[in-house]
Amino acid sequence: MSVTTRLAWRNLWRHGRRTWLTVGAMIFCNILLVFMISFQFGTYSLMIDSTLSVLTGHIQIQEKDYNAEQRMRNTVPNGIALATDLRKKTGNSAMAARGTTFALASSEERSFGIQVMGVQPEFEAQISTLPGLIQDGRYLQGDDADEIVIGSVLARNLKAGIGDEVTLLGSGRDGSFAAGVATVVGIINSGMSELDRSIAQVPLGYFQSVFSMSDQVHSIVVNVGTLGAVEDEKHQLKTLVTTEDLVVLDWNELQPGLKQAIQADLFSNFVMYGVLIVLVAFSVLNTQLMAVLERTREFGVMMALGLRPGALARLVFLETAIMSLLGLFIGCLIGTAIAAYYQANGVYIPGMEEAMAKYNLPGELYPQVSLLSIFLGPGTVFIGGMLAAIYPALRLYSLAPVAAMRAV
Amino acid sequence: MAQEQSVSASILAKLAWRNLWRNYRRTLIMLTAIVIGVWAMILFSALMRGMLDEMVHAGLRVLPGEVQIHHPAFRDDPSIANSMQEPQGELLATLNRPPVQAWTARIKVPGMISSERDNRGAQLLGIDPAQEIALGFDPGDIVEGRFLESPQDKGIVIGRKLAERLETQLGKRVVIMSQDPDNDVADRGVRIVGIYKARLQATEELNVYVGRETLQKMLRIDKQVSEVAITANSYKTVDTWWPAIATAAGPELDTQPWMVLDAYLGTILSIQGTMNLIIMIIIFLALSFGLVNTLVMAVFERIREIGLMMALGMRPQWIMYQVLLESLMLLCLGLIIGNVLAAATILPLEGGIDISIVGDGLEMYGMGATLYPVLAAQDMLNSTLVVLVLGLLASLIPAWRASRYNPIQALAKN
Amino acid sequence: MSAVSCKNLIKTFTQGEQIIKGLDDVTINIEPGEFVCLSGPSGSGKTTLLNALGGLDNPDSGEILVDSKRVDLLSKSDLADMRLHNIGFVFQAYNLIPVLTAQENIEFVMQIQGVPAQERREKSRAILAEVDLADHEDRRPAQLSGGQQQRVAVARAIVSDPTLVLADEPTANLDSKTAVQLIELFLKLNLERNITFVIATHDTRVMDYCRRLVRMVDGKIVSDLQQPGIGVSS
Repeated sequence: MSVTTRLAWRNLWRHGRRTWLTVGAMIFCNILLVFMISFQFGTYSLMIDSTLSVLTGHIQIQEKDYNAEQRMRNTVPNGIALATDLRKKTGNSAMAARGTTFALASSEERSFGIQVMGVQPEFEAQISTLPGLIQDGRYLQGDDADEIVIGSVLARNLKAGIGDEVTLLGSGRDGSFAAGVATVVGIINSGMSELDRSIAQVPLGYFQSVFSMSDQVHSIVVNVGTLGAVEDEKHQLKTLVTTEDLVVLDWNELQPGLKQAIQADLFSNFVMYGVLIVLVAFSVLNTQLMAVLERTREFGVMMALGLRPGALARLVFLETAIMSLLGLFIGCLIGTAIAAYYQANGVYIPGMEEAMAKYNLPGELYPQVSLLSIFLGPGTVFIGGMLAAIYPALRLYSLAPVAAMRAV
Repeated sequence: MAQEQSVSASILAKLAWRNLWRNYRRTLIMLTAIVIGVWAMILFSALMRGMLDEMVHAGLRVLPGEVQIHHPAFRDDPSIANSMQEPQGELLATLNRPPVQAWTARIKVPGMISSERDNRGAQLLGIDPAQEIALGFDPGDIVEGRFLESPQDKGIVIGRKLAERLETQLGKRVVIMSQDPDNDVADRGVRIVGIYKARLQATEELNVYVGRETLQKMLRIDKQVSEVAITANSYKTVDTWWPAIATAAGPELDTQPWMVLDAYLGTILSIQGTMNLIIMIIIFLALSFGLVNTLVMAVFERIREIGLMMALGMRPQWIMYQVLLESLMLLCLGLIIGNVLAAATILPLEGGIDISIVGDGLEMYGMGATLYPVLAAQDMLNSTLVVLVLGLLASLIPAWRASRYNPIQALAKN
Repeated sequence: MSAVSCKNLIKTFTQGEQIIKGLDDVTINIEPGEFVCLSGPSGSGKTTLLNALGGLDNPDSGEILVDSKRVDLLSKSDLADMRLHNIGFVFQAYNLIPVLTAQENIEFVMQIQGVPAQERREKSRAILAEVDLADHEDRRPAQLSGGQQQRVAVARAIVSDPTLVLADEPTANLDSKTAVQLIELFLKLNLERNITFVIATHDTRVMDYCRRLVRMVDGKIVSDLQQPGIGVSS
């Protein structure tokens, strides 16, 4: 330890209680920030995962107007073949073609206007969690069978069970009248009531024949495993899909609301954190200003001995840095421990099931501890603390040694 | 005795006030921190309140009526089979007297709507336009054409987004399709007479309005409706009047207030108060370290004086009151300035803040793209209580310590 | 009846590893109207005795009587009340509350006592005139000289008519002329108002004025002499 460091360290503990109170403010703030930011990151990635994994996937290939208009005729020609080709060329097998339209679904007793999806049963399980959420019966088999799986609430509303027939009425791609009869083979229970109320899937081949789609599909859905890999895969797909009128869209383009919802939440929380950090900085400012003022005489002596104001300012900054580092270290340690504990055990917020289901979230949430989530908040607190030391340090430059020595 | 107390209070106040400004820099720094804290507390609450008001209003606007009556099976199975008689007798009488301000009986069934280009699932609403307007539908939301004119109106009014999706327009014909109670497909061609806009795109895509009698005829149900919606123009006080409606409707019908009908909104609103309080407390805690520190320093510098006052015969608890009073003055000053500042920030914004930059995201939360902060007396009161109660609690420690000094040792301090 | 008395007072301090006897079996009896000096080298125990007599410090054992009340048995609050009503203090330095003016400092004690404002003002004005500071009432301590500060302290000590004034080295920071002025003020008040004064000092200028001189060494009273003392010069 250099002399200055030793001096700074000892100065801090001349007023142990005051130092600890200031460090305490930083520790409190840092614990809160580490936990909250880890919690937010965890919630966001859960929100993204659970939203995308149900239907959207990470990337979709569509006709260029389909995303905005969702019209029946905005199709990808020869979709199944294109999906097969892309699987081969990218080495990623998690790709599946889909057709989507609206139809009136009628059981013997009831009718509802719903969204019907034509899927490739063989590949759907790799891009969507729905095939795994069959509650009764089984998922679709084969590309052309006249089978249908429906959501559990829809099944209840239609009063239809396994083995019952559901009639689909709608219009074909060419505007013609379209009708088909499919047998219910499975019932999906995702736990998300909105989805369970509306989901209905049939094999893509059957879909194409009922709705006069020939070899057309509406989208090829791609799952790339992790969000981080989306950018590369999108780029690769863009070079492979050369057909005019086709576009490669990532999840953010497909669900702009998701990212914006996260941004809105992130922003409002960060404003709140900003206020906390400013308050802590004020605490540091107050302490350091007092520390400078009460040592006026001492600083006067040191200046009379030949120390420059700059050296004294460095001393003040060093003291602040030691306090801030203590706050950073202890705050991060405790904050990370708490966040890690809940990352392992989950946070359950009673009474919030309805609200969370709205964002496709399960009942339990898991913080996600990362270097960023640990150091983002406390790092800012550290910088805030150092900035707060500027004013007290500047006061040293206006110190005249003789007057200072005479001060009480 | 009373004399002694009041006179003492005045000297304590004088000492506290003058001591507060002895080290004006430190006091100003702490005061600034308190002001920022109070300002932030009220501002966050105002934004949150505005957000939730917006969500509730948007939610209620989708289908107005704070209280709704349905067939007991309808909410689980919204089918035409689960419909009920139009209100009559006791229920009708209750609906026509205060506090009920407006009510309507509508048919609400899922159906399909097809243009020559495309088709979509939609919610068919058979309404009485006059009642619907009384209940809250704003005819100003009609962007093209007109709203329905009577329950017998043969036209249809659809949302702007749906018109876009169906590639149709005002004056064109569309086919609406649903099922009658015997599960036979019922359909009818109708002309689009009006196009409305809504705050949420989802609403524009979902709801289509047709005349109630027109829809009753198409669905082959006579004088039957799916729901009765009732408003007293205050979603906050609904608890005070909805039980009376439930009694009048009788046990054969399912009468529920909006908190139950939309559990999401209900949950969000019920935790709002707690959330605001938690935020206030967190902000205060961040502040409290500085407050305690300031008081500790103030006491530390004055140990000798405190010893002197004790030697002169001031009782220890009065020393404590003096420090508490000093803290109270600081907190009150901070509260006054903070509240005024918060009001000055929020009031000009009550006209709305444009946040359409994250509009799609907010739609996920059920919000429009404009945020209207609300300056509520309740929030100002809460922040004041939090700051005063917790502030005095935090000040107790330094104040108590000040009163525990031994006068001899205190006087000897340098 | 004595104004203040004590019997077999013992008080020990620890300083590092050393045990110091601050008061070693001290017994003294002071009658009303006496003008007493406690003298002795520093560390002899005179301040300790003064503090014990004033109820500022608790002895380890022994009895203290002020106005026939057992001071050593009182609670903290009752001790405060006793100091407030019966005893006036004058310390070596830092006698005044810095945020209060001269007049407010004098009124401070009366305010705690609950004396009505009108009476307070009259008394404080009168007493300021008596200590020759009539036109300094609105000055704060920092704006007064050392001698002036001590005179304000004296004024405050006697304003509520105590039976006993305890002064600890009141002249230590004053020049000779001011010191003599202060001690003559003490004497005048002693004679005119019959207030008992006990002054701890090692200032010979002060001792010359005393009618009773008590010498202490190492916590013990080694001599206790009556002497004529100097009268008021003017």
